[in-house]
Amino acid sequence: MSTTTTRGVARPAPAKASPARPRRGLRGNPTFNFWLFTGPFLIGLVIFVFVPIGWSIWLSFFEARFTVTPSHFIGFDNYKQMLTNSDFTGSLLTFTVFAAFIVPTTWALSLGLALLVNRLRFMRAFFRSVFFIPTACSYVAAALIWKMSIFNGVRFGLANTIVGWFGVENIAWVSNPSPPWYWLVILTVRLWLQSGFYMILFIAALQNIPAELYEAAAIDGAKPGWQTFRFITLPQLRATSTAVILLLLIAAYQAFDEFFNIIGNKATWGQTPLMVLYKTAIGSGQDYGAGSAGAVILTVLICMVTLLQGKIMGFGRGEESK
Amino acid sequence: MTTTAPRIDKPRRKRRGGVMGNTGLYVCVSIAATLFLIPFYLIVRNALSTDPEITGENWKFFPSHIQWSNVSELFNDPLVDFGQSLWNSLVVAVLMTAGILLVCSLAGYGLARIPYRHANKVFYAVLATLMVPTSVTFVPSFVLVSSLGWVDTYRGLIIPGLFSGFTCFLFRQYFLGFPKELEEAARVDGLGYWGAYWRIVVPNSLNFFAAMATITFISGWNAFLWPLVIGQDPSSWTVQVALSSYMTNQTVNYHLIFMATAFSILPLVFVFLFLQRWLVQGIAQTGIKG
Repeated sequence: MSTTTTRGVARPAPAKASPARPRRGLRGNPTFNFWLFTGPFLIGLVIFVFVPIGWSIWLSFFEARFTVTPSHFIGFDNYKQMLTNSDFTGSLLTFTVFAAFIVPTTWALSLGLALLVNRLRFMRAFFRSVFFIPTACSYVAAALIWKMSIFNGVRFGLANTIVGWFGVENIAWVSNPSPPWYWLVILTVRLWLQSGFYMILFIAALQNIPAELYEAAAIDGAKPGWQTFRFITLPQLRATSTAVILLLLIAAYQAFDEFFNIIGNKATWGQTPLMVLYKTAIGSGQDYGAGSAGAVILTVLICMVTLLQGKIMGFGRGEESK
Repeated sequence: MTTTAPRIDKPRRKRRGGVMGNTGLYVCVSIAATLFLIPFYLIVRNALSTDPEITGENWKFFPSHIQWSNVSELFNDPLVDFGQSLWNSLVVAVLMTAGILLVCSLAGYGLARIPYRHANKVFYAVLATLMVPTSVTFVPSFVLVSSLGWVDTYRGLIIPGLFSGFTCFLFRQYFLGFPKELEEAARVDGLGYWGAYWRIVVPNSLNFFAAMATITFISGWNAFLWPLVIGQDPSSWTVQVALSSYMTNQTVNYHLIFMATAFSILPLVFVFLFLQRWLVQGIAQTGIKG
C-alpha cells in the first residue's frame, strides 16, 4: 500500500511545483486528491473484500472440494446441502438463542453499570476502569479461564467449589448438552468481556443529557428515581441504545472464539454458524463450495435482520431532531 | 443492578446521597467490581501455582507457595514456542495498527472533506461492506489468500485486515466534525489538500488517532479466527492461537496454560490502563453514540 501512496505524492509535486499558485493544477484538484486519499483504501477494499465476496458467490454454485478453481457447475445444490445440513440449521438456532439472551442482558448490565458509575462521587475513575478492563482480554484467554478454572467440571473448579458448599454435586458445565449448563458459561464470558465497553458509551450519553430536563421534570412533579428514569433518562438514551443493540447483534453474529474454545471443535451441539462454516470449508472437509453457500446464506440473513432492525428502531435518525 | 440503576437524578444529587444511600451505592459497585476482578486474580493465582494446587481437592484462594519458575518453564517448553508466538502477535498488531491508521484515516478524510462528484457513491460502497460482517467473509478471504500463497506469512495475517470499512467510517465521522476553518487557513496559505492534511489536520487530531490506535492494537492482538485460519504452521501462530492449542492439547499443564494466559493479557492490561483516557474519549467521540 505504501508504494502506491508514495508514488501518488511524488509525481504531482515536482510536476506542478509552483507554490505561488495555490489551488491550481493537480494539487488543488479535488478529483485527483479524492483518489489520492481514498485510492489505496479502495483498491484494498476491492481486492480483499469485494473480490472474495464475488468469488465466494461464484464458488457457491460449483462443486468445489479441495479446489478453488472448480469446473463442475451444480446450481443450487450447495445451498440445498447447507439448508438441509442439520449442523448448519442447528447453528442458526443456537445463534438465535444466543442473541436473544446476550443482547438484552448486555444492554441491561452495561446501562446499569453506567448509571451506577455515573452516580459515584469518589473513585469514579477507579470503578470505571475496573468494569472497563475486561475489554482488554481476548475471548480465547477468557474462555480459558472460564473453562479451566471457574466452570471446570470437576471438584476443583471455582463454580463447583461454591455449589459444593451448598451440598450440590459436581456439575459438568460444558461437556454435556443436557442440561444446557454451557449456556451459563458462554453467556457469562461474553457479559464479562463486553459490558464495560458499552458502559462507556452509556456514560458518554448520560453526561450529554442536559440537566435542565431533570429540573423541568422535577418542577412538573416527576418523582426522582423510576419516573425520571422512565420518562427522561431512557428516552434521552434512545439513540445510544439503538446503536448499542445494533453493535451487540453484529458482535453476536461473529461469535466464534468462545464457542470454539469452550465447547470445542468436536461437539455437534452448541455451534455457531461460523464454527460450522470453519469446519466445512477449512477443516478436514475443504468443501469451499458448500462453505461459500453457507457464507452467502448467512450474509443474506444478517442483511435482512439489520435492515429490519433499522426499520423498527430507526437507526440513523439520531436524537438531533428532538 | 437494575433496581438501584434508575436512581439517577443529577440536579438533586447534592441534597440526596445521604450516608445510607451512598453506602448502598458503594456496596453495590464494590460487589460488582469484585466479580469483575476475580477472573484476573484467578489467572495470576493459577499462573504462580503448581499443578496439584490448581487441580487439588481442597481448592484454596491463596496458593501456599508462589512458583516463579513457571515463567522459565513456559518459555523453555519444547512443545509450543510461546516466545515466538508472542513476537508474532506483536509484529502483527503493530504493523496492522500502523497500516490501518494510515490507509483508513486518509480514506476517511477523503470521503469527509474532498468535494468530488461521486464521493457519495464511493461512500455507499464502503457502507455496504459494513453490512457484511468481516468474519463471514473469512471463507472467501482464505481462498484468496491461500491462492496468493500467503498462508503462514505475516502478509497473510496483516494485509487483508487493513481495509476496515468500519475504521474508515469512524475516521470519516470524526473528520466531518473537525473545524473547517483550520484547514481553510492552511489552504489560503498555499498548502494543497495533502499538505494541509499532514501539517494541520493530523497534528490536531492526535487524540483521536491515539484512541483508534489503541482500539486497533487491542483487536489485532486479540484476533483469533483469522490467525487460526492462516496460521497452519506453529511457527506462524499468534498468542491467541497458541493459547487455544493448549486447550485442545491432550496433556494439560495447568500452570503453563495460565502463565501463558497471563503473558497474553498483562501487557495489554497495562497499555490499557495507561491509555484509558484517550480510549474513553475516543470511544465517546467516534460517533457510535448516534
